[in-house]
Amino acid sequence: MTSSESVVRIRGLKKSFGANRVLDGVDLDVHKGEVVVVIGPSGSGKTTLLRCINLLETYDEGSIRVDGVEVGFRDGAERARKHRSDRELARIRADIGMVFQLFNLFPHLTARENVMLGLQKVRGRSAADAKQIAEQWLSRVGLGDKFDSLPGQLSGGQQQRVGIARAVAMDPKVLLLDEITSALDPELVGEVLTVVQELAKDGMTMIVVTHEMTFARDVSTRIVFMDGGQIQIQGTPREVLTATSHDRLKAFLARIEMKHH
Amino acid sequence: MLFAIQSLPFLWQGLLITLEVSALVVAFSLVGGVLLGVGIVYGPRWLYWPIRVYSDFFRGIPLLVLIFFIYYALPLFSINFTNFVSVVVALAAFETAHIIEVVRGALQSIPRGQNEAAKTIGLRFSQRLLYVIAPQAVRRFLPPWINAVVDTVKGSALVSLVGIVDLMLAIQQVIGRTYRPMPLYVLGAVMYFAINYSLSSASRRLEARFAYIRE
Repeated sequence: MTSSESVVRIRGLKKSFGANRVLDGVDLDVHKGEVVVVIGPSGSGKTTLLRCINLLETYDEGSIRVDGVEVGFRDGAERARKHRSDRELARIRADIGMVFQLFNLFPHLTARENVMLGLQKVRGRSAADAKQIAEQWLSRVGLGDKFDSLPGQLSGGQQQRVGIARAVAMDPKVLLLDEITSALDPELVGEVLTVVQELAKDGMTMIVVTHEMTFARDVSTRIVFMDGGQIQIQGTPREVLTATSHDRLKAFLARIEMKHH
Repeated sequence: MLFAIQSLPFLWQGLLITLEVSALVVAFSLVGGVLLGVGIVYGPRWLYWPIRVYSDFFRGIPLLVLIFFIYYALPLFSINFTNFVSVVVALAAFETAHIIEVVRGALQSIPRGQNEAAKTIGLRFSQRLLYVIAPQAVRRFLPPWINAVVDTVKGSALVSLVGIVDLMLAIQQVIGRTYRPMPLYVLGAVMYFAINYSLSSASRRLEARFAYIRE
């Protein structure tokens, strides 16, 4: 893996909400094909980190580059730190997929139309093309019989799979998954994680925030443990989940363990 | 009853003026209210306060004061409108302020995640508004907007006070000739009711069309 394949490159990232510093100097590189799982207690900054990558949250200091392009600020404006225009951001975001905890499907559009919207309006695909791509992806996530369903007619697990199809149909360079199973009934978690597992197998670059430790262990190429707005430790699943010398991580894993038994 | 029937063509002229004033005001306030409403929700900070002040000010003064001010007081500053233009401007300014709040409420009822999801697939602001926010907000917008339209039709009766012969003044002039207030006021009330009742039923049909959207 060379640095030229670094899809996401984060350096010295700092972000405060008022007096509360939620990101306190984060450095992270994500390479092509990697599945990086971010774990940590609530309030550790992991969701904020994810939301900074596609600028749903702005950041105060540091740099985020996706495929070499600074996300938060205009090029050549290192000193002025001029924010990007809506139009520039739209172009950058089109290459960064995101799946949300609460699905955020468009409730007035069918499953197929949810996936088609970006393909037509952003990628400039014809209606016929977009329809074909949307149906392919919906079939792949096991919703071949739900093309014409409105989100309100689908279960949580089905809605989340539409959410994944909507994101990956845009052929993003990196996919951000923000606690995508947290709002699901336990028996629906599996069907969503299976889809993610298949995407990982196909080489999709992903950054995943989750509390599903089994999933983290099985799917990730790297686990990142965050606490207090900083990355405390990172490494392969085996390295991190057995790093018993790290007190905060040990305490966190013990708490997670207790919740699941 | 003969006189009432004989007066119908005259009342009809008044009714047309009422409808003309109402239609102009509804059109202007819809365009102005939607633009300023979008501005107050999504616009920059420097745009927020002027719109906020405008909306609070024009919702806070009686419509009649506004009409008299524009017709009688603005000429002191060498701004002269005909009585017709004066009332259309006054009513439109007043209704725009109300539509701003209707639009604001409708837009803010859409969960933040909708805009975020639209951002993440790469839609620009205008596209997010057009394809994601507006189709959902319209359902929240319609009922209070129809109320505002009904208010406009009723409020347009105030134009009679600056000498425009709308339905209201036409009725009064017929009463002035015949000294028969009761049947004519009833007739007038029926005509206003007919307009507004058809608006309300149209609104119910429209709302039913958008009811397929589930939360």
